Amino acid sequence: MSDSSAKMVKTVIDGKEYSFPEGMSIFEAAKSVGIEIPHYCYHPGLSIAGACRMCLVEIEKMPKLQISCYMKVAEGMVVHTSCERVKRARQAMLEFHLVNHPLDCPVCDQAGECGLQIYYMTHGLYFSRLGENKVKKAKKAFPLGPYVMLDQERCILCSRCVRFSSEISKTSELGIFERGDRSELDVFPGRKLDNPYSVNVVDICPVGALTEREFRFKTRVWYLESAESICPGCARGCNIYIHYNLKRPYKNQGKRISRLKPRYNPEVNNWWICDEGRYSFSFVDKEDRLLKPLVRLDGTPASPGWNDTLAQAAESLQSTAATTKGEMAVLVSGRLTNEELHFLKRVFNEQLPGSRFYFSALTPYPETEDNILRKKDKNPNTRGVELIGLGPGSADIGSLGELKSAAREGKLAALYLAGHDPADLPEPEGAEWAEILANVPLVIYQGTNASATSLKAHIVLPAAAFAEQEGTVTNFAGRVQIQRCAFQPAGDSLPGWEILSRLGEALGGEYKLESARAVFQDLALNCPAFAGLDYDKIGSAGIIYK
Amino acid sequence: MGRVKLISRFLEIENCRSLAVYEAHGGYAAARRVVAENWPMDRIISTVKASNLRGLGGAGFSTGGKWGFVPRDMEGPKYLVVNADESEPGTFKDRHIMMNAPHLLLEGLIIAALSFGAEEAFIYIRGEYFEPYQVLKKALDEAEKAGYLGHNIFGSIRSLEVTMHRGAGAYICGEETALLSSLEGFKGWPKLKPPFPAVKGLFSRPTIINNVETLSYVPIIINQGPEYFAGLGVEKSGGARLFGVSGHVNRPGIYELSLGTPLSELIYEHAGGIKDGRALKAVIPGGSSCPVLTAEEAEKINLDFDSLAKIGSMLGSGGVIVMDETTDMVRVLLRICRFYANESCGQCTPCREGTGWMTRILERIISGEGSFRDLDNLVDISGMILGNTICPLGDAAAMPVMSFVTKFRKDFEARVKASATVKM
Repeated sequence: MSDSSAKMVKTVIDGKEYSFPEGMSIFEAAKSVGIEIPHYCYHPGLSIAGACRMCLVEIEKMPKLQISCYMKVAEGMVVHTSCERVKRARQAMLEFHLVNHPLDCPVCDQAGECGLQIYYMTHGLYFSRLGENKVKKAKKAFPLGPYVMLDQERCILCSRCVRFSSEISKTSELGIFERGDRSELDVFPGRKLDNPYSVNVVDICPVGALTEREFRFKTRVWYLESAESICPGCARGCNIYIHYNLKRPYKNQGKRISRLKPRYNPEVNNWWICDEGRYSFSFVDKEDRLLKPLVRLDGTPASPGWNDTLAQAAESLQSTAATTKGEMAVLVSGRLTNEELHFLKRVFNEQLPGSRFYFSALTPYPETEDNILRKKDKNPNTRGVELIGLGPGSADIGSLGELKSAAREGKLAALYLAGHDPADLPEPEGAEWAEILANVPLVIYQGTNASATSLKAHIVLPAAAFAEQEGTVTNFAGRVQIQRCAFQPAGDSLPGWEILSRLGEALGGEYKLESARAVFQDLALNCPAFAGLDYDKIGSAGIIYK
Repeated sequence: MGRVKLISRFLEIENCRSLAVYEAHGGYAAARRVVAENWPMDRIISTVKASNLRGLGGAGFSTGGKWGFVPRDMEGPKYLVVNADESEPGTFKDRHIMMNAPHLLLEGLIIAALSFGAEEAFIYIRGEYFEPYQVLKKALDEAEKAGYLGHNIFGSIRSLEVTMHRGAGAYICGEETALLSSLEGFKGWPKLKPPFPAVKGLFSRPTIINNVETLSYVPIIINQGPEYFAGLGVEKSGGARLFGVSGHVNRPGIYELSLGTPLSELIYEHAGGIKDGRALKAVIPGGSSCPVLTAEEAEKINLDFDSLAKIGSMLGSGGVIVMDETTDMVRVLLRICRFYANESCGQCTPCREGTGWMTRILERIISGEGSFRDLDNLVDISGMILGNTICPLGDAAAMPVMSFVTKFRKDFEARVKASATVKM
């Protein structure tokens, strides 16, 4: 944010002199040296409202306290962020915020992550002197749109959501109506809070006024654990936190993922994610997850366990390769991690030479796109496919159309599907594929959930979902980012790279590696596009390949 | 010192609403002269500066000084906005000017526009002022027809388009930045400062906002010379202004006094003294937001900016509210408090929540449920609002509470004692 050419000014904050770029707010300046100033209305991604008055600080030579979110540092300025006067003012502002707040924390979803609760503990701690009735407001537990619920009485009128809807989603559904302490947040008459980014207002709401309809009453936030990840919903690769609940498994019907929250990355998604991405996790805890490897070679399904299944898969592949002249086809998906792609390529090229790779970016999801975050390509790693040499543009990589004709013409001896459910694609594609798959002698499916495709497969290899394994994906701009493992894979499913490494071993190769990290380092050694990249340097923000 | 007839001279002329009558009494001579002599901006500004004219809407900022803040080297439009949203309880001077001498305001507006090169002006008039709106609109049409406004004013190459806009009933729109928001078509919410409107105002352009009365003095200052105006009243706080006296006096009304005139002279001489010979109890010197004066303070104080500031009050908008010994100070404060709670725009927290909170405490005291702690809380809460809000409405709501409860503590204590007796 601060470019090196900016003029620097010397400002004293809490007795220490610092140098800050001219034009920086006192709030950001203080934050940059580790001083957190309490605030509600300020949000670095939105315009300044100056409404909550929580961030008041004392500036020497100015008679009044000033809001630090708006005032800029200046040469020779002396700022006090925690003198008695400021502390008293903070307490006062907090008390004002609570004058008409219903204090219904026991039934409020925000409890545990509420700005009012937090600042009461850190800056409040006064005795209540409120003997007055509170202003009643009409809309409580009122749906504003498909995902967001409003409680007007809990609202502290910080206007973050209003500013988000006018400045970021640019849809302007929200406004503050009436005056004084009758002011209330609402949608404009006849409008709904229904835009592709609507749930971000829940993230930025500092209190329990705006809550997620999906998440309400499912889990108390203090039972949640968090893992850093990358949204699997499109090629943008928005940075997210997976909030999951293992501590109270009986809550939320045993679903482990409670919600996804955006994670700040100025190079990718800033503070936001789209609603499609936010709700892209439901497959992880769905009943139709594939929990055991399955063999259906002679028509009757059996679950002989991983070793036998992989041995049978290897044997079938090898005998097919040996006995028929047909093609060994692999359909590669942009939903796979770089590590999975790397082993897919190595195992088939090395153990079953002559295998042909096909690629398609087609998914069952609508190809929505805008100039905020959403990308038309709904795969998180199409760029990774290209860089590893399995995508369009690489020599001898077939298209979905070519795969279809090859299958129709009976040229396919075996088809290995990884991360693709072609039979689940929107019609007419889906039905067509159901028919095609029936004509391929050997179909091996590696995936997370049961699907029309997995039902047609002769061998089903259950794979871990993005939250259950570690791995890297490369976004459309070439940024390599890590999806961390939040919890163990469902049932007997395994991380995709591990399935492939064990299949490779069953086919007679050497693929024993311990972790996704080790596979990535192997990728960096073998794939020119990834040369020189160090897994340990990817970090939270990702790195861009050269 | 004492009564003067600068603006009031025009207020007293019969049918001064009409252009012909106004001109027959020397109207538009100042504007005509400034245009004909092609006064440079600096000359207009220095003349008004020398007159010591200060903003009479309430803030009391140097008028010439304000005009001088408009950046000269900026391309594009600059605007003059007339704040005719007179709404401070106890204030009714601008209405008289617009009703009786609208051309005086328009002439001042022309000169002000010339002082910083505005070619477009807006008059934001309080929505409830429908009659003044009609009168002013008629005067505007007349002046346009005569060629004093519009294209080529007074036959010169200069132009000045004036647009009138009626407010929709919000007191807050009298606050200059809220007025600009409203004029721009947004909710009437005050804006953060800086930047000040003189640099970035209406539609983000340099804008000067002046009160009706302030502008009405400008032609008089040009005609009579700045020294004359500055020489009125007392040193440092020169000039004159209209005082609107209301409350328990025999002759409520508008009185134009040179600054520095004793408040007692205004009450007892000009306004005819307290009704029925009762004793004075309290005076709010400049509209309901100004800290109240006790009778003792009121008897001694002179009406000028500095004298009132010295005792912790303000000259404000010149609305003098006189209260006699029969006044129930608790009820008066509730009335004032309720007003500000109703009119708080709700944008920033201390004012939004504090005004309602104080009102509800006062309601409880009046209903007989008050306690001594409530009195301390009222003073404390008003102190928590004071100086901590985006715009001066918070201060306007806080100052009466602080001053009433502190200066008339006995009245409040009697009320909570009485309620304690009832409870026991």
